[in-house]
Amino acid sequence: MNKFAFVDCTTVDQALAELKDGAVIKAGGIDLLDLMKDGIVTPPKLVNIRNVSSLRGITASKDGLHLGPLATLSELAAHPEIQRDYSALADAAGHAATPQIRNMATLGGNLTQRPRCWYFRSSDFDCKKKGAGSDECHAHEGENQYHAVMNNSTCAMVHPSSTAVPLLAMNAQVEITSKRGKRSVPISEFYVPPEKSLINETVLQTGEIITGIFVPAPESGTRSAYQKYGEKESFDWPLADAGIVLVMEGERCRKAAVVMGVAAPTPIRSQAAEAVLTGATINEATARAAAKAAMQGATPLSQNGFKVQLFQTAIYRTILLAAGQMQRDPSAIG
Amino acid sequence: MAPEIVLAAQEQQQSTQPKSVKKGVEGEAKPTREAEKKDEQTPTAAKSTATRTETFVFGIPQNGLTKKERQVPLDEPPPLAQNSELKYIGKPTPRYDGMAKATGRGKYTADIQLPGMLYARMVDATIPHGRITSVDTSAAEALPGVKAIHVIEHTFGIAALRDPKQEAPSKYPVIRYAGQPIAAVAATSPQIASDAAALIKVTYDRMPFVVDKQDARAPDAPTVFPGPADAEGSAGGGGGPKNVPQVGNVHGPERKKVGDVDKGFSEADAVVEGEYFTQVQTHSALETHGFVVDWKPEEVTVYASTQGTASVRDEFAEVFKLPKSQVRVITEFMGGGFGAKFGAGNEGVVAAHLSRKAKLPVKLMLDRKQEHIVCNRPDSHQKLKIGAKKDGTLTAISLTSYGTAGVGTGAGTAGPATNLYKCPNLLTEEYDVFINAGPGAAFRAPGHPQGCFAFEQAIDELAVKLDMDPMDLRDKIDESPTRRVERKIIRERTNWKTRKAAGVDTGPVKRGMGIAQSVWYRFINMDSSCEVRVSRDGSVEIMSSVQDLGTGTKTLLAIVVAEEFGISPADVVIRIGDTRYPIGPNSGGSVTAGSITPAVRNASYQARQKLFAAAAPKLSTTADNLEMRGGKVVFKNDESKSYSLKQIAAKMPTSEISARVTRGPEYAKERITYGGVDYVELAVDTETGRVHIEKVFGAHDCGRPINPLGVISQINGGILQGISYALFEDRVMDRKQGYMLNANLENYKIIGAREVPEIEIELVENYIAQSSTDAAGIGESAGIITLAAAIGNAFYNATGVRMRKIPMTPANVLAALGRVSQEETA
Repeated sequence: MNKFAFVDCTTVDQALAELKDGAVIKAGGIDLLDLMKDGIVTPPKLVNIRNVSSLRGITASKDGLHLGPLATLSELAAHPEIQRDYSALADAAGHAATPQIRNMATLGGNLTQRPRCWYFRSSDFDCKKKGAGSDECHAHEGENQYHAVMNNSTCAMVHPSSTAVPLLAMNAQVEITSKRGKRSVPISEFYVPPEKSLINETVLQTGEIITGIFVPAPESGTRSAYQKYGEKESFDWPLADAGIVLVMEGERCRKAAVVMGVAAPTPIRSQAAEAVLTGATINEATARAAAKAAMQGATPLSQNGFKVQLFQTAIYRTILLAAGQMQRDPSAIG
Repeated sequence: MAPEIVLAAQEQQQSTQPKSVKKGVEGEAKPTREAEKKDEQTPTAAKSTATRTETFVFGIPQNGLTKKERQVPLDEPPPLAQNSELKYIGKPTPRYDGMAKATGRGKYTADIQLPGMLYARMVDATIPHGRITSVDTSAAEALPGVKAIHVIEHTFGIAALRDPKQEAPSKYPVIRYAGQPIAAVAATSPQIASDAAALIKVTYDRMPFVVDKQDARAPDAPTVFPGPADAEGSAGGGGGPKNVPQVGNVHGPERKKVGDVDKGFSEADAVVEGEYFTQVQTHSALETHGFVVDWKPEEVTVYASTQGTASVRDEFAEVFKLPKSQVRVITEFMGGGFGAKFGAGNEGVVAAHLSRKAKLPVKLMLDRKQEHIVCNRPDSHQKLKIGAKKDGTLTAISLTSYGTAGVGTGAGTAGPATNLYKCPNLLTEEYDVFINAGPGAAFRAPGHPQGCFAFEQAIDELAVKLDMDPMDLRDKIDESPTRRVERKIIRERTNWKTRKAAGVDTGPVKRGMGIAQSVWYRFINMDSSCEVRVSRDGSVEIMSSVQDLGTGTKTLLAIVVAEEFGISPADVVIRIGDTRYPIGPNSGGSVTAGSITPAVRNASYQARQKLFAAAAPKLSTTADNLEMRGGKVVFKNDESKSYSLKQIAAKMPTSEISARVTRGPEYAKERITYGGVDYVELAVDTETGRVHIEKVFGAHDCGRPINPLGVISQINGGILQGISYALFEDRVMDRKQGYMLNANLENYKIIGAREVPEIEIELVENYIAQSSTDAAGIGESAGIITLAAAIGNAFYNATGVRMRKIPMTPANVLAALGRVSQEETA
């Protein structure tokens, strides 16, 4: 690991003032420490925002859910109103990583963590995401069993954040602050596909900090769920996941959001699946039809065709879970 | 490597795949190779020393115990009764050093801190194949805090060309795998060492490489070696056959032939045939390989994370041309080896060079990435065919296997096929395939988990074809009386009776059950010595260089000493893991318990007899009138005279009495094997490809269990490692660039807490009347061999589909179930 300076901040202004000359923000430090240990990033200075009290807290109010970016995954998972009204978010936060990591990892860090692609994470490889020196995506011709099955032609990384999946399904907004002021970005525009930028996975610019996440209050009749699937239950990254929000009127679904996280380089909504569900009665047949529709147009690579099946399972079972027609799946991981 | 280190390894390798035509028949008069060698060096007990006739308890309690007469050297103790009649032996005893380990008081090699100690960092090859043209250390040397740099001239662990002239000479070793160590630097802090390592500039002439075993077998594949090459094993095994044919990267076959398989197949009523694939598994010991070396002119002290203090000492002496008396190796606490930690290795030799140059102690611990690269269990591609009569009688077995141990050899898999069941016609052909990847090493039951995965599934398939219950088929073909008892236990204590036909469950989640059996061998290491010392205050110590690699050896020894002295095991002081003590066995091949405990019991007995002789006059009696009874020393002729050990010791004329004993030969020449039967219940989600193990029931034997708690703990570990092997672990190499992609514990997936099933273990006592303890090791036959096969058989029972490939990940399972369509795999 490189040598670095460490600055402790207690206010957003102080942190913003320190964010220059290659300095990076450190909140929970989970992903940053990994990246530094593997030599993927070598920041000269860490700006510690963990003690900025204004960035903490979870407030559930009539208009919606106000989340501080320093809210930990454990806090999100344990929050009674999140569990009741935003259950997909509680599911996603509560099943990420391990209990120890969830106690340290923050929502802001979870949303902005870097991809897990083993080519990206390995110091043995240059790749086009690492900037100069290579214009290759090694996954395309290489070992791609864990890689993207959609939107994967430029870079086959998968989006790593579990919490982004329900937040996209719930139309959350990300509040971003810089010295120039604040801006609010819908989470649907927060993530940048590789076609727009290989280097940045989000719209965050140098000198900007996430200062809040807002989730609008659910319409009445809303039910949601998130589940993920993979190789291991203990501490493993998902190979397929689904975040589902259904607005129900009796047995009929009035509105649906179907989101996949690890299918593509950014979390994506499936309009095709949503179209199947909207206006339909939710049952196993409609859930399976929606799942099938979601995977139409998938472009799996040489080794990850199985993920198409895995996504279909994740989606149909999570629709049924959201609708209250199935228990949480013992085959799900985390 | 020193010849004396190699010898044991070769024997183990060969013993694992015996040349003998007669297979694992318990009680059959066929000496092990170890015993043959021993006979050459040491006359048997009957020949050399005065003996007496003793009657030993013999057999398996479930079958009714019998008696066996043996000739026993006069200085050995009387036979032990069966476990149920003993005070400490056979009673569950908590780990002697469990508290020290749990609280951090136990100091592992990585915890050793010495005054002035330097930290070393290895520089590894960044290409998979090529020649080094230059190593420039000048920038590293100039970095403040750097105290020594060493550039490696010989790399250990890589096969060597039979004719070295086939390669142009060079001052640097040829790079044959990415991650191969090249140099190392020692500095005053780990950070400086790491910074300095990054400043060492290595230039290469790259050569074509291959890391895919299938590609490596092609006639036009890049070759790892320009000609035939052979690898040495370690004291723990590994290494393959030597001087077999080699074409390109394909080294072999080693061929074993019994009878006539063509004739055997022509006589068969049923034949099963299949191809099986297993992956490369890395050892992933929690403590990485490492050493602290303190080189002083008068003595080199080596703190080693090793399974063999003696083998480390021998290799240091050999490499540095030192007398063994000037090398001291210490391993007090050890965080796992699984077969990969014998000898000095590259990291030990490098640490010693650095310490000698810097004149300061040097610590060199590998990091996790290096740990994944320096050792592994080879993979396999096995073609197996078995023929049988209608009643199950086997008529022929043929096995062809290809496996890669990277730049090493030792990928044979024929152990189970050769030794599990009796079959008159057998042909096995084992090939090693060289690739540009880290070397294979001995790994918990070398060759057996791979071999068993294929062989015990084929036996299961044969049972289906013959329409027999798999237990009944094994009752027919398995001559082992212990496994017969073990199967009976499993039939009675599990849900086997309710087992359904294969694949009858409806719905996406399907449940099934299956069994598989293991065989392992009784190896004895005659370098098993100890000293037992009694002080006048009644305290008792035992000393041996034998090490506890986490298996509970300390507890085992404490129990044996305690039984002789009638004191609690917790009151025995265990001093092991230091070559200043009498030499003990290296812990590989499950030899430790069977080898060292007789020496420990005999030394305890002799020390006690000396104590009785010294104390008797002061008690106005004779030594032969004293005996241990119920933890007290009592007069045989007057039970009212009863003393504690402390009281007796206080009568000693000198301040200490001790006895030093080296293990004697086995009481009888008999080829003995051990084994186990493991039963698995699982659920397969056919829409996610997830295999969930719900229950494992293991019935196992290891001679006389000394500490059932320790034995069960070993089996628990073996079962978990076996599940991990079957479902998760897989080394992934990038075929285009030649690097290992998952050299970490994130993407190299190992079983976690939530994958642990309910486990139940039943130990079968098996009294063999071979030594004064009848103990045997359990490390190898403890579940690691069987689990993949048992899971495969249960998977078939659940789904009706045979899993011929591990790990059983969602990708492999969904593919086997036909859930991945062709266009999806483009």
